[in-house]
Amino acid sequence: MARRYSALALVREGITGHKGWVRAWEAPEPRRRYDVLVIGGGGHGLATAYYLARTHGITNVAVIERGWLGGGNTGRNTTAIRSNYFYPESAALYDLGLRLYEGLSRELNYNLMVSQRGNLQLAHSLHDVDMGARLVNAMQINGIDARWLGPEEVHSLVPILNRGPAARYRVHGGIFQPRGATARHDAVAWGYARAASRLGVHILQGCAVQDILIEGGRCVGVRTPLGEIRAERVGMAVAGASPALAAMAGFRLPISSYTLQACVSEPVKPVLNTTLISPPLGTYVSQSGKGEIVIGGALDRMPSYAQRGNLPVLSQVLSGLLEMFPDFRQLRLMRQWGGTVDVTPDSSPILGPSPLPGLFLNCGWGTGGFKAIPAGGTLLAHLLAHGSHHPISRPFDLDRFTTGRLIDEGAAAGIAH
Amino acid sequence: MQSFPCPFCGPRPETEFRHDGEAGKLRPALSCTDTEWSLYLRARTAARGPSREIWTHLPCMETFVLQRDTLSHRVGEVAP
Ligand SMILES: Cc1cc2nc3c(=O)[nH]c(=O)nc-3n(C[C@H](O)[C@H](O)[C@H](O)COP(=O)(O)OP(=O)(O)OC[C@H]3O[C@@H](n4cnc5c(N)ncnc54)[C@H](O)[C@@H]3O)c2cc1C
Ligand SMILES: [Zn+2]
Repeated sequence: MARRYSALALVREGITGHKGWVRAWEAPEPRRRYDVLVIGGGGHGLATAYYLARTHGITNVAVIERGWLGGGNTGRNTTAIRSNYFYPESAALYDLGLRLYEGLSRELNYNLMVSQRGNLQLAHSLHDVDMGARLVNAMQINGIDARWLGPEEVHSLVPILNRGPAARYRVHGGIFQPRGATARHDAVAWGYARAASRLGVHILQGCAVQDILIEGGRCVGVRTPLGEIRAERVGMAVAGASPALAAMAGFRLPISSYTLQACVSEPVKPVLNTTLISPPLGTYVSQSGKGEIVIGGALDRMPSYAQRGNLPVLSQVLSGLLEMFPDFRQLRLMRQWGGTVDVTPDSSPILGPSPLPGLFLNCGWGTGGFKAIPAGGTLLAHLLAHGSHHPISRPFDLDRFTTGRLIDEGAAAGIAH
Repeated sequence: MQSFPCPFCGPRPETEFRHDGEAGKLRPALSCTDTEWSLYLRARTAARGPSREIWTHLPCMETFVLQRDTLSHRVGEVAP
């Protein structure tokens, strides 16, 4: 039986007709009671279950997903992984994510195709240069591997970038994080699911949480089409569905749900060897391992749950892209889609106890939570195991909206993702 | 491009409008607790489906309440 993935297993299965592969994760009958329930089978929920089992030895755990694993934002995102934020709290959080990603394929025995090709954020004006220098300084003080690149360095890193005399958006430099990466999004969900399942975690797909069970002022479980499922503690990691889950639990969150769109071109030969973001143009772009140009941009302009997006933002993103990369005018787009992202007032996530005892939050990642999946999983698992914060998650508690101690990365570091 | 209704200018392209938040929030008395104040400022209903919203038409700066469906994107009644 090919339970462990390896080159040897591939050869052996190749010879014997690929008959020995087993399901990557089990589809068990749900129990009536678990120690911990995790709502949401995206990256954050699945990672939470895995770390509960692996780090804390809590294996009587179920992940409840209304659709299929990774069918939310985890399977819709453009996979930019980086930790170049402004505030020390954010650097600690996102760099935990990046460090864990660096060893994760090996740990999960699943090829996540983590490719550390660097992340480049362009400056198009002298103001951008001043802000960029300030950001690089802050990042270096936070211990993050950020460097300032001059225009020549940027153009030698990205030779196809428009630099003719007619270039409308001249490049004055850029912030570069060499450890920035991309990864295969589905594999992150599947890798955590498989590893968690092998540690005994139940993964229940196609099972929507319809209500939160509250007894004596505490969350004691959930109601699903398969009946009531009870647990000592419940965690929720449902991204754009967070306001709906909060309503079931009787509270409201500082979260608005917006559509974030992306699209990919037909595959072409390697032309772009880094993830490139242009905050003023609201465009970011990378090339996938298959050769597709992966394009994303800013949030849509109004709250939405449509998962498809509106034309104005898409056309703005694409015109910025074509201005920077005139060669891309010949490309054909293959697919366009949208995901419902959970946006907070300060563009930072919410991690911690909810107003309902027994229910814990992992939400508000907005446009940039893929990079943080290993960190969000680690921290929600800690909360669920101990009932209290890990030092890294403490600043991200819901109470910051009352105390006013926001972590305003929207203002400090500009565009998210 | 979607058409949005301005109470004064009639149907105009969506890019001329700005979403200003959810309608129907009432400011609590100043004697309220910090938690009540922060809920007033920041908490959202974020309805999935029919929703009452405040919008501004930027060219004429008229602010109005609009019924909009956040799932289908259909826009409905306007109340100046
Ligand atoms: C187009 C796009 C591009 C992005 N680009 C980047 C990027 O480059 N870098 C980056 O770091 N981040 C990016 N993001 C953000 C990132 O995708 C998300 O922050 C991250 O995937 C959130 O993971 P999650 O597990 O919290 O949510 P999700 O993956 O959305 O998972 C939540 C799950 O909860 C389930 N659920 C909801 N309601 C219920 C219910 N009632 N019962 C049971 N299950 C329920 C959903 O079906 C879903 O599967 C992007 C997002 C989008 C949409
Ligand atoms: Zn008008």
